[in-house]
Amino acid sequence: MRIIVCISNVPDTTTKIKLTADGRGIDLAGVQWIINPWDELALTRALELREAQPPVVTQVTVVTVGGADTEPTLRKALAVGADDAIRIDDEAKDAFSVASHLAEALRNEQYDIILCGIESSDHNGAAVGGMLAELLGIPSVSSVSYLSLAAGSMSLTREVDGGKETIAVSGPFIAIVQKGIAFVPRIPSMRGIMTARTKPLKVVPATTLKAFTGITGYGSPAPKSSCHMVPADNMKELVRLLHEEAKVI
Amino acid sequence: MIRDAARDFAQRELIHDVIERDTHAIYPTEHIKKLAELGFLGMLVDPKYDGGGMDTISYVLAMEEISKIDSSVSVIISVNNSLVCFGIEAYGTEEQKEKYLKPLARGEKIGAFLLSEPEAGSDATSQRTTAEDKGDYYLLNGTKNWITNGSSASTYIVIAQTHPEKKHKGINCLLVDQHSPGISVGPHEDKMGMRSSDTHSVMFNDVVVPKENRIGDDGFGFTFAMKTLEGGRIGIAAQALGIASGAYERALKYSKERKTFGTEIANHQSVAFKLADMAVKIENARNLCMKAAWLKDQNLPYGFASAMAKYYAAEIAMEVTTEAVQIHGGYGYVKEYHVERLMRDAKLTQIYEGTSEIQQIIISREILK
Repeated sequence: MRIIVCISNVPDTTTKIKLTADGRGIDLAGVQWIINPWDELALTRALELREAQPPVVTQVTVVTVGGADTEPTLRKALAVGADDAIRIDDEAKDAFSVASHLAEALRNEQYDIILCGIESSDHNGAAVGGMLAELLGIPSVSSVSYLSLAAGSMSLTREVDGGKETIAVSGPFIAIVQKGIAFVPRIPSMRGIMTARTKPLKVVPATTLKAFTGITGYGSPAPKSSCHMVPADNMKELVRLLHEEAKVI
Repeated sequence: MIRDAARDFAQRELIHDVIERDTHAIYPTEHIKKLAELGFLGMLVDPKYDGGGMDTISYVLAMEEISKIDSSVSVIISVNNSLVCFGIEAYGTEEQKEKYLKPLARGEKIGAFLLSEPEAGSDATSQRTTAEDKGDYYLLNGTKNWITNGSSASTYIVIAQTHPEKKHKGINCLLVDQHSPGISVGPHEDKMGMRSSDTHSVMFNDVVVPKENRIGDDGFGFTFAMKTLEGGRIGIAAQALGIASGAYERALKYSKERKTFGTEIANHQSVAFKLADMAVKIENARNLCMKAAWLKDQNLPYGFASAMAKYYAAEIAMEVTTEAVQIHGGYGYVKEYHVERLMRDAKLTQIYEGTSEIQQIIISREILK
């Protein structure tokens, strides 16, 4: 079986985000880039399945949409155990263009499962997985928190309101995964780092595509206003404030 | 990528129990096992001997990241890589590499380097441990002390005197199995810092060591020790650098949070200037470490550069960690805030693998040639 893991290159979660002077972009100077944490969990699960005995998964491919500056992130994915990588050479503009690029690149690839993290830690759009499935014409299951494979059988669990749902799927599909799919992301070993340099990284030219959306500007949220403290035994005052000032009752 | 791997490991795994292990002097068994699996314990060794094949610059980056959090773990990595594995790889026979180097590079076995004695630390020429030449074996007698990995190591590299009349040219270097009859390991030393690493005396009483376990020619032992320590110095310099930069990062973060006299203490010039001085010292130490590492990777002479790097990094580590505690005020004095441990750890870098005074001798001899 072959698993393809879609990964997104995102700023490190501890980055202090600064806006450019005109407020239309993010100042990327000095930003450290990492694999999107949800995609990293997806990749971790794919590698666990790859290493399971008896072998069911024989190839794990990572794919991303991005410029050459995303290659270190792909190499890290190779260093933790992915077999090969594909980079679609275009900036990741919006969810639709990313999903479209992925669909174009994957349309002629053989695969059994595509894993996507449920959202990315930069834009939190949570849209690429679903869009990709529609563009490829294959089923998708979202909020997957458990995936196991054995020869001839597969078990998927997804989170729903109030509990979990077990799903059976046949044929190629996309699992949009979230926390719980794996727990401990891999740290690359020395051997992994050495072999990552020579594992295949295919660069695919992007097809010309217009993004659906464009960003007109960014702004910081309004500063928090101060808190008005009401003593616990003064219900009348609380009710008055909620009615007259907050106007919620 | 190697620096990131080391940092991830330190920040995801080592941080959680570093204070506890330091307080109770507990050896980091599980962490060392994981680091062995990741290949850190033999990262400098050629892949044909099951090592990671990494260069010295990568090693310095990894050592710095791990030392920011846990210098006990980094000293175990440094001794295994720079002293033991390097020594065997550079000067051993193919048989010795096959038998001893490979398990050490894989981290399945840990190595220790036994040079210091109760009466001979800086003056390594005065070896009292003897390795009598008995024909097809050596008979080892004596005591070594301050041995890092003293009880966790399975493979010892022991420096001992065979021909006393030849003085330091009669010293040999032997590979010894820790479980050989006649070896006893003393109690765990209760140290000021790096308390999670195990330090012991080791006593040899008529220990039989086969002749084929001698590294290099008869009388090569002292040169072996000096050459090996030249490389070990780079590891310790990187460790001192990590201790300093770890303390500095914590002090920087604290200074932006703690408020006194109505503002963050970073806005008080006395604190800001302390941080500036710390930053300059660390930058200098890093440059010296990188230069020494680069020279070694280029197969150029690096002993002078590594002495400068070790000397400077250790000295500033002590200065920077002391200031880091000061910046933290009362909080810097308690274990919870880490910086007091870094300060205790820094002190050892001025002492071991060649005291700062020995580094000064090396540097002054070189410049006065």
